[in-house]
Amino acid sequence: MSPYVARRLWATIPVLLGVSILVFSIVHLIPGDPALILAGMEASEVQVAKVRQELSLDRPLYVQYFSYVSRALKGDLGRSIHSRQPVWQAIKEHFPATLELTVASLLLAGLVGIIVGVTSAVKQYSLFDHLTMLGALAGISMPIFWIGILLMWFFSLYLEWLPTGGRDGPLWTLVGLRSLVLPALTLAGISVAMIARLTRSTMLEVLRQDYITTARAKGLSEQLVIFGHALGNALIPVVTYVGLQFGVLLGGAVVTEQIFSWPGMGRLVVDAISSRDYPVIQGCILFFAVLFVIINLIVDLLYGLLDPRIRYD
Amino acid sequence: MIEQGQGFLRQSGRRFLRHRLAAAGLVILAVMSLLTLLAPQIAPFDPREQIISERLQGPSLTHLLGTDQFGRDILSRILYGGRVSMVVGFISVAVGLFFGGALGVIAGYFKPVDNLIMRLMDILLSFPAILLAIAVMTILGPGLVNVMIAVGVRSIPAYARVVRSTVLSIKELPYCEASVAMGASSLRTIATGILPNSFPPVLVYTTLQIGNAILLGAVLSYLGLGVQPPVPEWGAMVNEGRSWLQSAPLIATFPGLAIFLVVVAFNLIGDGLRDSLDVRLKEVR
Repeated sequence: MSPYVARRLWATIPVLLGVSILVFSIVHLIPGDPALILAGMEASEVQVAKVRQELSLDRPLYVQYFSYVSRALKGDLGRSIHSRQPVWQAIKEHFPATLELTVASLLLAGLVGIIVGVTSAVKQYSLFDHLTMLGALAGISMPIFWIGILLMWFFSLYLEWLPTGGRDGPLWTLVGLRSLVLPALTLAGISVAMIARLTRSTMLEVLRQDYITTARAKGLSEQLVIFGHALGNALIPVVTYVGLQFGVLLGGAVVTEQIFSWPGMGRLVVDAISSRDYPVIQGCILFFAVLFVIINLIVDLLYGLLDPRIRYD
Repeated sequence: MIEQGQGFLRQSGRRFLRHRLAAAGLVILAVMSLLTLLAPQIAPFDPREQIISERLQGPSLTHLLGTDQFGRDILSRILYGGRVSMVVGFISVAVGLFFGGALGVIAGYFKPVDNLIMRLMDILLSFPAILLAIAVMTILGPGLVNVMIAVGVRSIPAYARVVRSTVLSIKELPYCEASVAMGASSLRTIATGILPNSFPPVLVYTTLQIGNAILLGAVLSYLGLGVQPPVPEWGAMVNEGRSWLQSAPLIATFPGLAIFLVVVAFNLIGDGLRDSLDVRLKEVR
């Protein structure tokens, strides 16, 4: 294991520790008895006492924390107050839909963002450049739920081309694919804008480098200069950024799933909030945060792989 | 040095005013701010007044932007709702700037605590923005003040990073080293040498951050966690209008447009300030 990988892995441990402490604290920071909060307001005294004993809530706080972490590591995140379903089971049922939506949006955002960004940089100050950069600015300024609602109104209600919501089937079926289009477009919207802006600026920076001038002076064709010499270096920070967007999109999925009744983790957590199902809220937030940390770790390691300078920084 | 500073500000100001998009942003923001500030004077109806006989009407001379499902005037609700959204934007950013800025200065200036503070900030940054805000709202419960706290907490680590990196670069400059060599206390060096010179990047970041804070506040209200009905708030208005998308799509369209206009204005001004002050911000997640 290289020192860079070891250093990066080591740095993740305190972050995961902090995340677990924060998520554990949620129930304790809500005014009221944690046992009653986790058992549900309608729970009987016997049920509350059982939860208190099961989760060691009558013991010192640090004992409760270690008990919480050891249970979480075994996949025991408690039970839903309302459905009595284990939280981990609910996460396992809902996460594939969120993953499907997030990956589809990421691919869409990465592909469109990079193509638009590179074209804008190559045709700097052209009409295309001005229009796409204005579009990108508009994209990052739009509330995600508004984009979703406008798309739903136009494509589902006005043109009647696509369903208004739900996940009608697996991705490889036509109905499944049709139901994914609008949520994926909505979620990808903001990331497309961000990726296009970043790609354009890094590409412009690379195109001003001396080695590009040298390549042009050698008489290489413009296409070879752009695709053979400039694009590879310009895309290093962009690829990293696209990777980081995966975590951002997971957060955005919370809103998108709510708009399109997409049965993923986002809906699970928002439904849990409205029904005050605290074990589900706590479990989902912990799952999202740990996933976010792991994704960032993978992206950092890949960045080190793509750009050796990072490993020696 | 003061003359140089004034020259820099004057030049930056001139560059900013020549920046066409930034000027457009300034105009949009001025108009939107004025309209929301003067809401009690110019709103044609009480934003909570329900006239059931006039429900779901399209734009007309009486109701310029139409009415919602309860017969409330959409224009009046947007004008009043803007006050809530703008307050969320400004106050939450002030919370983030105050706490994040202080932590950033301490981390950047006092090396022994730098690692501890920045690792704590990493923990806060390891939550997706919406999830962290949802976690805070779960603890505090719904409401306007709690939205401002939740959105503010989310911007603390980002501010800490921006301010820390600025302080780190400024404290190595000769005039800061000279100030320390002349026996000035840390507090004096920070107050007179570091803080005034970290103003440009913080100003640019703050302008961009206000737009983000308005968006996040609107998202929380859209999800039903923020400001509760019947208080008019743009995000909550879009959420209410969603149920009437088929018959009255404008109920959700206009408040969304208002959010978009204000956020785009802040982004245009932020971009203009960045160009005119020649600031490069590190991307903060």
